[in-house]
Amino acid sequence: MWNYIVRRLLYNIPVYLGIILLLMALLRVGAADPAYTFLGKNAEPGDLERIRQQLGLDKPFLVQYFHFLWDVLTLNFEQESWGRPGRTVGEMLSTAYIPTLMITVPGLMITATISICVALISAFNRGRFADRILMVAAVVGMSVSFLVYIIVGQYYGAFQLKEWVGTEVFAIEGFDMEKNGFISGWLTYCALPVIISVIVAMGYDTRFYRAVMVEESTKDYMVTAKAKGAGRRKVMFVHMLKNAMIPIITRIMTTLPFLIVGSVLLEYYFNIPGMGNRLLGAIADKDFPVIQTFTAIFAVVFILSNILTDVLYALVDPRVRLQ
Amino acid sequence: MSAQRNAPILQVQNLTTSFRTDDGILTAIEDVSIDVHPGETLGIVGESGCGKSVTSKSIMRLLPTATSILSPESKIMFDELNLAHCSEKDMRSVRGARIAMIFQEPMTSLNPVFTVGWQLDEALSYHTDLSKSGRRQRSVEMLRLVEMPNPEERLDEYPHQLSGGMRQRVMIAMALCCEPEILIADEPTTALDVTIQAQILKLMEDLKTRLNTAIILITHDLGVVAQVCDHVCVMYAGRVIEKGTVREIFHTPQHPYTRALLESIPKSGRREHGKRLPTIEGVVPALNNLPPGCRFAARCSIAEDQCIHNEPDLKDHAFSGRPVRCHIPINQTTAAAGSKGQA
Ligand SMILES: Nc1ncnc2c1ncn2[C@@H]1O[C@H](COP(=O)(O)OP(=O)(O)O)[C@@H](O)[C@H]1O
Ligand SMILES: [Mg+2]
Repeated sequence: MWNYIVRRLLYNIPVYLGIILLLMALLRVGAADPAYTFLGKNAEPGDLERIRQQLGLDKPFLVQYFHFLWDVLTLNFEQESWGRPGRTVGEMLSTAYIPTLMITVPGLMITATISICVALISAFNRGRFADRILMVAAVVGMSVSFLVYIIVGQYYGAFQLKEWVGTEVFAIEGFDMEKNGFISGWLTYCALPVIISVIVAMGYDTRFYRAVMVEESTKDYMVTAKAKGAGRRKVMFVHMLKNAMIPIITRIMTTLPFLIVGSVLLEYYFNIPGMGNRLLGAIADKDFPVIQTFTAIFAVVFILSNILTDVLYALVDPRVRLQ
Repeated sequence: MSAQRNAPILQVQNLTTSFRTDDGILTAIEDVSIDVHPGETLGIVGESGCGKSVTSKSIMRLLPTATSILSPESKIMFDELNLAHCSEKDMRSVRGARIAMIFQEPMTSLNPVFTVGWQLDEALSYHTDLSKSGRRQRSVEMLRLVEMPNPEERLDEYPHQLSGGMRQRVMIAMALCCEPEILIADEPTTALDVTIQAQILKLMEDLKTRLNTAIILITHDLGVVAQVCDHVCVMYAGRVIEKGTVREIFHTPQHPYTRALLESIPKSGRREHGKRLPTIEGVVPALNNLPPGCRFAARCSIAEDQCIHNEPDLKDHAFSGRPVRCHIPINQTTAAAGSKGQA
């Protein structure tokens, strides 16, 4: 297996070089160069020159390419941000991913756990009352807009709840982990966004997982298991579930890289200084160094999670061999 | 014909199974009655769609509970237990332990994500008190019994690492590991190529004598029946249309459908080059479009008016005393004439 991982990593080096090449080229084509885009139409020629020099934009493309690759390779993220002068790209990104992960990671774990359980209940009672109610709930849940959940959540979950209880349970917005310690900070600032993200994702996931399980339930091996004398639970929770885990894991894994991007909407409305917010800001500010560096990091995460997916795949599905 | 006719261990009487479908409730098999005697092989024959699998799955109660209905008159007597209407708990103590089953598709019948050993172990764990190591030992024995090469190593392999024939051997080992009284084999060789088919049939024959298991062998292939069965039950469109011993069915078929089936068996040597095998014209009628009279009338070469309007009952033939569902059953002389005319 390690052999396979190392080989996959090596194969992905040229892929990665290509991604960076494409990324840098895309950021540099168009009507104007990044410095011009950033400073706007009325920029002083002197300022333009200064910015260009600072980022090496005046140098030949290939020089810039290798320079940037070297920075990524040596984890040197010391370039100054354009959006927030005085702060480095490294600072901008490293302070933002913590709040994001504090919401997305629990969100993903809770969503996956609950939707797999609900899907199991639904599939187990397929066609019966419980199944119908759950699936109607899932469709209704899917049909409501993300924004509605945020606004209703902020109003009832934060504002009204505070009125009823008499003290603040969930904050309407903001993010301050230092104030009361980590756990209480997380509960105050992250719990509500996590709950909302779980509700939003659950409809889709539950329906998908149930479909996978129902599909597996019609397979021949299910009849064999029953013919052996297995009970309904054993048939569902052992025979079916292990097979259903293969597509389920794939689906969860494909969302993994996006954990570091976070939800722009949630972070924006809850005013959380996470990656989503930061990237939105960077795009608005035309903060070229931040965008370029973030995309380069994201590509690494993406490649790594693809490799991880394949490894996990081979662990649950004996038919898949790592070669 | 080794079996003596002692009391049947399984008596299916008036088994009628329907399905809830989009076209309403459709009856897939009607009034099916069969007896299975200890140590004998009963063949159930008929074209595909005749209700053979529904019959076997009804006996094992493996049909989807939400959409299938066994009529209240249906009786599946196994000892004192009526399998048609007993509790799921009683049924579970029968499945795999006293009646076991193997299926048509060895490629998909085993669970792809568990090892062969795990799957054998599971069957044993439900119905025996053996310890973990005892079960492993028994699994190896069973694999050896079904002539699996390197049985110890096979235990740790997954189904996809085995060929179709090997998988069917695993299925047989799994079905027989708790020494059931009856083995139901639903087209066990249909998906396998001819040489493997012969091996599997031979294996089933050997095991039957060795373990004294009765077998219900379901097939659409009369060649297979001739090889291994003692008694035969011919089904058509959800109905039993003729029953008898292998000898009787092959030598003196009474129903025109049975005769037509016999005529479509490829006979090596007798077959003239370039001459196509006679096949039965037409298809089995659909469940939602069954004719009012005899279900075979539309394809029958000797059908009369009454055949089209009234469905015949399954009654004993005047000459042979064997049950046949036909208004104008073939008697021995015409049967002989019919087969002469064909040859
Ligand atoms: N679960 C089901 N729901 C509805 N109809 C079914 C179901 N299973 C079988 N049937 C119908 O019952 C009839 C007999 O099928 P089957 O027993 O599988 O035939 P075969 O003799 O080839 O094994 C067919 O017409 C089939 O369409
Ligand atoms: Mg069938």
